[in-house]
Amino acid sequence: MDLLIKNGRLIDPGQKIDDTLDILVQNGLIKEIGKGLAAPAGAETVDASGTYVVPGLIDMHVHLRDPGLEYKEDIVSGTKAAVAGGFTSICCMPNTKPVIDNKTVASYIINKAKAEGSCNVFPVGSITYGLSGDRMSEMGELKESGCVAVSDDGKPVNNSELMMRALQYAAGIGIMVISHAEEIELVGEGVMNEGFTSTELGLKGIPRVAEDIATSRETLLAEYTGAPIHIAHVSTKGSVRIIREAKGRGVRVTCETAPHYFTLTDDAVRGYNTNAKMNPPLREADDVASIKEGLKDGTIDAIATDHAPHHLDEKDVEFNVAMNGIIGLETSLSLSLGLVEEGVLTLNQLIEKMSSNPSNILGLNRGSLKVGAVADITLIDPKFEWIVEADKLSSKSKNSPWLGQKLKGGAAATIVGGKLVYKR
Amino acid sequence: MAEFKHKHIIALRDLSKEDIELLISTAENMREINGRDIKKVPTLRGKTIINLFYEASTRTRTSFEIAGKRLSADTVNITTASSSTTKGETLADTALNLLAMKPDIIVMRHSVSGAHYFLADKINCSIINAGDGAHEHPSQGLLDMLTMKDRFGRLDGLKVAIVGDITHSRVARSNIQGLTKLGSKVFLAGPPTMMPPGVEKLGDVTVCTTMNEALQDADVVMMLRIQQERQGKALMPNAREYSRYFGLNPANIKLARPNAMVMHPGPINRGVEMSSSMVDCDQSWILKQVENGVAVRMAMLYHVCGGELE
Repeated sequence: MDLLIKNGRLIDPGQKIDDTLDILVQNGLIKEIGKGLAAPAGAETVDASGTYVVPGLIDMHVHLRDPGLEYKEDIVSGTKAAVAGGFTSICCMPNTKPVIDNKTVASYIINKAKAEGSCNVFPVGSITYGLSGDRMSEMGELKESGCVAVSDDGKPVNNSELMMRALQYAAGIGIMVISHAEEIELVGEGVMNEGFTSTELGLKGIPRVAEDIATSRETLLAEYTGAPIHIAHVSTKGSVRIIREAKGRGVRVTCETAPHYFTLTDDAVRGYNTNAKMNPPLREADDVASIKEGLKDGTIDAIATDHAPHHLDEKDVEFNVAMNGIIGLETSLSLSLGLVEEGVLTLNQLIEKMSSNPSNILGLNRGSLKVGAVADITLIDPKFEWIVEADKLSSKSKNSPWLGQKLKGGAAATIVGGKLVYKR
Repeated sequence: MAEFKHKHIIALRDLSKEDIELLISTAENMREINGRDIKKVPTLRGKTIINLFYEASTRTRTSFEIAGKRLSADTVNITTASSSTTKGETLADTALNLLAMKPDIIVMRHSVSGAHYFLADKINCSIINAGDGAHEHPSQGLLDMLTMKDRFGRLDGLKVAIVGDITHSRVARSNIQGLTKLGSKVFLAGPPTMMPPGVEKLGDVTVCTTMNEALQDADVVMMLRIQQERQGKALMPNAREYSRYFGLNPANIKLARPNAMVMHPGPINRGVEMSSSMVDCDQSWILKQVENGVAVRMAMLYHVCGGELE
């Protein structure tokens, strides 16, 4: 079925377009962009008035939990959540059971996503076998099997020599290394940010310097080896400063942050709220301000969700026992649109950070509305208000700190490969 | 008489100045019962109290048990080494099972800060916190304040020095919350590795760089137990060096007001946080603290049951 998307405000940072234009989609590709396009016979017309028509959003940091932990999420529910949140492509992290450290698991994910999923799924393989942190996985085979990056996300590669060799090796193959930057000795048994709130609640803190030291190590290793690196879920003022300085020296470093790091502080933990428990933990007001500055000045390249579904039984427990992580696919766009409303980002910059930049960092060849490109398109309605309700979320898990809260804006429609897969 | 409106007592942070004063004045009245030949009143007859202890305790558990019995409640003790952090039944399931037996009050000690709030959301009986992680130990805070009131007749305008591992101390947090609400000043001393960030923002709290600074003109000197078992990592070289800089002894106590009170929540590491002679000296109120513990816990049990004194 061909599609004609009419009367939307088309924004494509890559082509420097921001204008009211129509798009014609044929055979899953973008066929034509222009004013007043006529619908060919048999084409379905989508009225996009009042919406932004943008390159399909890309979330480069998602935990799909499939295979092995399907009670939390699976490829079907996770990709449904993705398209409801406006994402046309997601990258899934390798901490599944078994780990994505071989061709079989990578192929299983890609095939299942193609057969039963709602959007594109690009797996991320592990840096080390079984996330063991002691020997490199077969990155060449992982790349050939369709993995778009490697990461031991969830934990750092603690051994600096192994990390340095992994960066060199991966650069040779041409696959990006994504680092979970944390100095694990300093994290210890901490369960939230170390600060006044942890003091008052009597909870063991994780100092911000635990992240800063690791971010610093990663930028130094990237500088020394000349290899590129991507830093996941940046949460601290220090990390932003370190990455900004490294970029200034020409180090090949990119990074992402998540919506919770620019909207919430560790105050959200009060009441021992396990839906405000994640790793890295929510930080303080000056960190939130720095994250926003980093987004604004380009230090932070991408917004990713770190969508981390957990079953109620894993969250409805004492704070120390609760698992780390929150879901994010269905709230990310609304929260990120808030940055535009606040004047932190222009709409164009927001689309870069949620589409073209992630695509460029990982070489996905998406994130563009050029004629001939794959027709991954998101229609954003910036105005509608909605309440985050557990039973209306597509994700199997409901561990969101925004449950019951009113958010503004979101996906009006999501088109993957020319197919309308979601409509609000 | 003021009314106590709380169903649970989980933290002194949650209580007002008036709530705290009411609990202390009720405890003063309860003391009369403890001095009788027959130490029992029928106030809580027919009420069932479960003492659920997920951490070892002698003093606190016994004190709560005696407090319940003196008010004629039926008390049951459950002490379990394992908490829900280890494999087995979850805390919520244990509590729901106990609740099915219709207790009126669960007195719980748990290693996880905030575990009582988690439970309070799930069950409909009253919950009293007998210590949660490094968060609060409200009955200890109240008995400490009652003991200070015995000595000074008031709880405002006192200078209270608390010395030791503040980071891991629920006793320190409850005392800070209670004392500063009632108008006293708290001075903290301890190695910087044991001083939690922002603690001075909890109330009228001053963090001192040396123990001497905290002791200077103090009305009360409260020494904390060095809880080696709580420390995942070494926060100090060893007990010997700790004692040298943060131990109370006959020389440095002279910096405090003449006849200043010496207190300790127990159990004491003699020769570490205080010299043996300080434990047993005339200025020591340590056993009076224990004695007051029973009266304070009677007051807490009484008020969460919303009863009336006969």
